[in-house]
Amino acid sequence: MLDLVLQAFQTLFSPENFPFLVMGVLLGLVIGVFPGLGGIAGLSLLLPFIYGMDEVSALATLVGLVAVIPTSATFTSVLMGIPGSSSSQATVLDGFALAKKGQASRALAAAFSSSLFGGLFGALILTFFVQIARPMILLFGSAELFMLAIFGISMVGSLSGKSVIKGVIACGLGLLIGSIGAAPATGEYRMVFGINYLYDGIPLVIVALSIFAFPEISELFRKDTAIAEGAKLDKGGWFVGIKDLLKNKWLALRCSGIGTIVGAIPGMGGSVVDWIAYGHVVQTSSDKSQFGKGDIRGVIAPESANNAKEGGALMPTLLFGIPGSGSMAVFLGGMVLIGIEAGPSMVTKDIDLTYTIIWSLAIANVLGAGLSLLLAGPISQLTRIKFSLLAPFMIMVISFAAFQATKDIADLWVLLIFGMLGIFMKRFGWSRPAFLIGFVLATQAESYLNMSVQFYGFNMFFRPGVIVILILTLLSIYFSRRGGSVDENAELIEKGLKQKIKLAPQILFASVIGIFIIINLWDSIQQSFLGGVFPMAISIVLLPFIALLFYYYLNDRQERPEIFDTELVAEPGTFKSAWYEPLVWVGGLYLLSVILGFIPAIILFFVFFFTFKANTSWLQTALLTFGGVALLMIFSHFLNLELPQGLI
Amino acid sequence: MNNKFVQSIVLSVLFLVAFFGYQFYSNIGNIEITADNKGSSSLITDDYFKNKTIQWVIPFKEGGGGDTWARFNAPFFTDHIEGNPVIIVSNIPGGGSIKGANYFADNVKPDGLMLLGTSGTTQMPYLLDDPRVRYDYQDYQPVMAYPTGGVVYCSPSLGIKDASEISKIKDVPLKYASQGPTSLDLVPMFSFDLLEMKVQAVFGFRGRGAGRLAFERGEVLIDYQTSSAYLKNVVPLVESGEAIPLFSFGALNNQGELIRDPSFPDLPHFGEVYAQLGYDLQGIKWDTWFAFMSAGFGGMKLLLTPKETPDEIVKLLQDGIVGMKSDAKYKETKVKALGLYEQVVGSGADKIFELATNVDQEEKQYMKNWLREKFQLNI
Repeated sequence: MLDLVLQAFQTLFSPENFPFLVMGVLLGLVIGVFPGLGGIAGLSLLLPFIYGMDEVSALATLVGLVAVIPTSATFTSVLMGIPGSSSSQATVLDGFALAKKGQASRALAAAFSSSLFGGLFGALILTFFVQIARPMILLFGSAELFMLAIFGISMVGSLSGKSVIKGVIACGLGLLIGSIGAAPATGEYRMVFGINYLYDGIPLVIVALSIFAFPEISELFRKDTAIAEGAKLDKGGWFVGIKDLLKNKWLALRCSGIGTIVGAIPGMGGSVVDWIAYGHVVQTSSDKSQFGKGDIRGVIAPESANNAKEGGALMPTLLFGIPGSGSMAVFLGGMVLIGIEAGPSMVTKDIDLTYTIIWSLAIANVLGAGLSLLLAGPISQLTRIKFSLLAPFMIMVISFAAFQATKDIADLWVLLIFGMLGIFMKRFGWSRPAFLIGFVLATQAESYLNMSVQFYGFNMFFRPGVIVILILTLLSIYFSRRGGSVDENAELIEKGLKQKIKLAPQILFASVIGIFIIINLWDSIQQSFLGGVFPMAISIVLLPFIALLFYYYLNDRQERPEIFDTELVAEPGTFKSAWYEPLVWVGGLYLLSVILGFIPAIILFFVFFFTFKANTSWLQTALLTFGGVALLMIFSHFLNLELPQGLI
Repeated sequence: MNNKFVQSIVLSVLFLVAFFGYQFYSNIGNIEITADNKGSSSLITDDYFKNKTIQWVIPFKEGGGGDTWARFNAPFFTDHIEGNPVIIVSNIPGGGSIKGANYFADNVKPDGLMLLGTSGTTQMPYLLDDPRVRYDYQDYQPVMAYPTGGVVYCSPSLGIKDASEISKIKDVPLKYASQGPTSLDLVPMFSFDLLEMKVQAVFGFRGRGAGRLAFERGEVLIDYQTSSAYLKNVVPLVESGEAIPLFSFGALNNQGELIRDPSFPDLPHFGEVYAQLGYDLQGIKWDTWFAFMSAGFGGMKLLLTPKETPDEIVKLLQDGIVGMKSDAKYKETKVKALGLYEQVVGSGADKIFELATNVDQEEKQYMKNWLREKFQLNI
């Protein structure tokens, strides 16, 4: 084996191949910065070049591209609170909180060095296990996958916030919204009301963008300061970040392990790995008070896991030809085009190619994290810019990213609707992580439950794998309730307990959620048993929680953490504009996009926003608008991406 | 305040004029071909496609079979179609490919600049009259067709050596990992039913790969894969004695008759097995099977353009494809990337297109009834 590894190493560093690896890495970094695009956009750019390359160079380019996307996705996650990829949602919680404290460069440095660590760990595990991984992967049947989904949901325990009731409802709401669309067991359509868009369910990219990024943008918009709220940017944060990783090396090691394992299990998908890692670090920490408010461990855990995941995900991709994640599907497509067949032969006659892939992965991680580390310091300066100058660009980026999800104008409206949901969840203290975990795992939990009941019946609970994961889940629940739960609003809630506040707005919001749950229940009754049982069960479980919440509201139990409204508890003068103003701007942009098309709409949006909100001069407005539109047009041209077309 | 209004309005107007002007400028010189003016096709010369871009709509995700098919062929199209047009593959997935095909139906003009690559999955909801379908195959013509095949195999634990012994396992309850009742899986599930096997479908699998994994884990004992996946991932299992091939779905010859799949000449096709077990190769059951097999596998991949597209444009495209097929590099790499089957153009493609998209009312109804009875599906 060692000679094969060395040989692969040599081939990769040869002058014929190395430049291609570097090219893939550079491209991956550039594309990864744009949230939501992932490897798919990169592939279409790469394909014309891949023809006529030899196998090794083409593979190196592809792996280079795929490997570093989670690395550079970190930039927007930390600096702007926009989840850069589906596996860096959890990074936003503490990464963006640190950026707001003026510690962006520390967070970025810790994130990139963790990515590097995780990526190398994944490659190392792959090196040793790829030849014997086949039977291990086959151990995970549908019953085990179902239990893993439950294990993932148990992470909600540590992320549900001060109010357990609202945490449970948030998670349940996520599960219900995640089950909109075709029922896995029967193909019946649930909660679609004849709207074509809903038949495929709500895309994860849009939910992640709207639930996390939208409320942050809206809040900063209304505060109108820089992202680093007047805090001094710490000098030398870069070194602190790297030291942070060294201090938490065992944590990084554990999370890399988690990342590799979850990545290697086909059917788990990459979008839950960061939450499991994040839940893990919260559960195993004795001091949980800073999570969600800027604890560096909350950055190290998901970032080491999501790069390690790519190494793990390569195993099912190479051994079975079954992609372990979205970017792996693209990678697999790319392999087919070069003429390499994934399958059992990858560990027999094509083992040399496998080692080439593994080492491309390792080197790509070193290059990608290294380059990102160099950029971390200078790019952190972005957090000092007045937010009104940054906001239009951020809104443009998330709208553009959302539209790439299904290339339907409705993507924009869904972004706005879920953005509103996110804004209110944040305002009234509902756990957004709990919601997202429910959403991500809904389909998996339901379809694997259906499969395992049909394959194993009641015997599924006697399978050794299931028992092991069940014990892990119970441990996870036990540890998650010890020492409290992560809540970004903890201090405000404490403060709010002593205050008497108006209840009408939060009762209204809770009523909307209650009505949604009842509609779900009604809809699930219309379905056949197998098609409706999952949403029905969840709605029924949620009803007593909703009832309890209303009991507290209606009896005006101000001492309960359930009763909370940021708007009324925050220091007067924190917000400089009304809560709906950001929504009006964004809604206006989308309305114009429908009529005029996205580019003319964005032109108008930029010009008016800069002039009125940022008070820029003629020249500044013109230059900023030109820059934004040019960036958009160049990017969509080279990546062959579409933009919404207007009616005219 | 006034000042700000002036500033934003003047700048907006300037930018919008610049943008629309740029758009107008880049469209100058394009001939607009619509259904009405196709008589003026003398406008179409050999360099019609010069400096033009062809959008190849793929109603599937990046990385899947349909996507790979398009992306593999695209650069060869550019090389061989007169005028070397740029080919852009645009993936519009959703609704089991209905969304992308609807997009094509709503936006296409008969100018050859937008093509649709469909698959068996796209044909199924059309044939079953899914109300969401807005595309009508009768409005289109094939530029190219690409058939493929599929093989059904089972676990050696069932104790049979080949398809001739299928009657031995007739009463053994089996499970089959399926993507859904109206997917392409309908063909194998219908086949099991015709053979009177007791196969129960378990839905919710995402892709045939996931089904194969369930087979390897021992959760299901019978499965099918399309030809290329079978060759890559099941043949090694057959060689190591972990899988027994039963039958292929066969292939269609130039007369539209069912023959053995050229990729698996040693394996009987479904018709042979069906006849061997004493059933007649006629009647409504057989006709329905044949119709849906042709739609699903015979016309697995179709490249379409509207019927009104001027013949000159279609010919430019088809000549390009013929040229592509004789390209040495294409021949060398094609088998590995796409499999053994040929890309069909001309009358052969027309034949496949006709078989794949025309199903008699009677057969449609039979299939709908079967789906209703078997899966309580209301369609």
